[in-house]
Amino acid sequence: MNFETLVFYFLASILLFAGLRVVTARHPVHAALFLVLSFFTGAGLWLLLEAEFLAITLVLVYIGAVMVLFLFVVMMLNLNIEKMRQGFWDNLPLAAFVGIMMAIEMTLVLTVVGRSVTTSPESHAAGYSNTKELGRLLYTDYVYPFELAAVILLVAIVAAIAITLRRRPGTKHQDPAWQVSVKREDRVRLISMPAEKKGE
Amino acid sequence: MIFAMPNLTPALPEIFVLIMASLILLVDLFLSGKNRFVSYALTQFTLLGAAWITVSTSGQDVVHTFNGMFVDDVMADVLKMMTYLAVAAMLVYSRSYIQLRNLFSGEFFVLVLFAMLGMMVMISASHFLTLYLGLELLSLCLYSLVALQRDSAQATEAAMKYFVLGALASGLLLYGMSMIYGATGSLELSKVAAAVQQSAGSRTMLVFGLVFIVAGLAFKLGAVPFHMWVPDVYQGAPTAVTLFIGSAPKIAAFAFVMRLLIEGLQGMASDWQGMLIIMAVLSMAIGNITAIAQTNIKRMLAYSTISHMGFLLLGILSGSLNGYSSSMFYVLSYVLMSLGTFGMILLLSRKGFEAENIDDFKGLNQRRPWYAFMMLLLMFSMAGVPPTVGFYAKLSVLQAALQAGFIWVVVFAVLMSVIGAFYYLRIVKLMYFDAPEDQSPITAQPDASLLMSMNGMAVLALGILPQPLMALCAYSIQHSLL
Repeated sequence: MNFETLVFYFLASILLFAGLRVVTARHPVHAALFLVLSFFTGAGLWLLLEAEFLAITLVLVYIGAVMVLFLFVVMMLNLNIEKMRQGFWDNLPLAAFVGIMMAIEMTLVLTVVGRSVTTSPESHAAGYSNTKELGRLLYTDYVYPFELAAVILLVAIVAAIAITLRRRPGTKHQDPAWQVSVKREDRVRLISMPAEKKGE
Repeated sequence: MIFAMPNLTPALPEIFVLIMASLILLVDLFLSGKNRFVSYALTQFTLLGAAWITVSTSGQDVVHTFNGMFVDDVMADVLKMMTYLAVAAMLVYSRSYIQLRNLFSGEFFVLVLFAMLGMMVMISASHFLTLYLGLELLSLCLYSLVALQRDSAQATEAAMKYFVLGALASGLLLYGMSMIYGATGSLELSKVAAAVQQSAGSRTMLVFGLVFIVAGLAFKLGAVPFHMWVPDVYQGAPTAVTLFIGSAPKIAAFAFVMRLLIEGLQGMASDWQGMLIIMAVLSMAIGNITAIAQTNIKRMLAYSTISHMGFLLLGILSGSLNGYSSSMFYVLSYVLMSLGTFGMILLLSRKGFEAENIDDFKGLNQRRPWYAFMMLLLMFSMAGVPPTVGFYAKLSVLQAALQAGFIWVVVFAVLMSVIGAFYYLRIVKLMYFDAPEDQSPITAQPDASLLMSMNGMAVLALGILPQPLMALCAYSIQHSLL
């Protein structure tokens, strides 16, 4: 067993443990933190496969952005933990059945018929840049799907704004342009009153 | 690093639509409410321009570009032209409807154009990636179009259901594609086809992937047993959007099935034929029988769509060039009928009133005899009564299936279309033999009225002279499939 295999088993066991804890943790914040751990070890596994770019993206995007948002939402929502846990044992038999079936199916497919495809990839020379190669492919051979993905993101922006932005009547909002152009007459009203006479 | 610039000419229509959609998005920002028709006019201009470009760049040859991810063949050109036509007709029919419901905004047109771009990408895809991305582009636009009327709880619920089930279907499809990729080592349809031909022995993984792909396709087509979203979405969405979902995307779905199953996985025809037979038989049965019980016409038409998709699959599963071209004929004539029927619902609707119940069609003959006649033609066509186009569509599909030897399936299909005739003819009966419940005048715009006349006449004319369209379908299939 060489060093790489050792690292693989080390990371994989942490990943499995973290994955299990995501489901079994009592507190949702703990579950989310274990999810962070499993993402991080997953990134480590990708590094072993010489996919540095994907590993870094996983850390940056999933841990840095998605999980932080997730934690934020979990902390903001006042979750009733006891209520959430009630369904756990009821659903466990079915969930376990589905999980075991999927595991058996995947094992069958991968061991019986897929043996020829599961050879390990060749390792590259030391100066090989994963990121550069990905970039080259994305902007040359895969430029069409790349542009399409960009269009999909544009549609997502347009749709999100179109669905959520609406002007309700009667909402109180400030208009800065209107605010700065205020004149003295708008704020101060001068009223001329006759002076009171003394002694009446 | 050598990089050959891809040949952009075949993709010019897509590029034009993309530029115009972005332009409309910007122009619309500077338009006030009463000038909104400029966006509408620009959208129609885009369709016209795209049609012109498609015609002028069309040719007999199959042209690949973008590294084998994009294909331009006769089938793609014909289907794209029909897509432009369907979208343009949908815009004309729904103009006054969306104006009255505060949907007449730039976003509506932009989303429609982007959805059309997604359909064009699907029609011209020759790579798993582009097929998937085109589908996602189309689906995302449709989800948001359904949800655009956000004050309506019904529309929001429909959008939610559509989104969740659609995402599930995309997941299934993607999983299937990844399995096929694992088995063949390529995402390009032609290479996948070659690899499938060679792998005579180990097909387990291919079949495993195929099951997921067919399930995903069935979801998108709305074929039984993956049809549960169709009635809810058709009923819940604003009728203009229902018209859109029920027309042009069916053309794209047909192209999608052709590209995936015929161009990519033709070598596994014996495997997918069985799955398609089950789906076709169930769709025709459940669609037609459930439609009888509906009182909402949008829901009824949703079930009718399910049964029509069953017929469409019948042509594809017969596995011959004749079958594919009759399926293409079926989908084109179905789009024509669907446009007209939903268009009629839009014409009869007015401010604050949706003509979405079957009873709203009572006595239409006394209110507007011409509309009643058009609806009669459309209903006859949907039921498959000669001399309308629906008859020839059904006939050619059944003929192709008979030639392939599926006698019992054909007998069953005929039986089901007889059952289906009941609920189409019930509408005709309500229009001609019942007294109107609602005497308020029909306020339809003249352009939509004119289009309705043309639509109804086209259904009749193509029924009397189906040969040109039939020949066009056969020609495009022959020149596109090797």
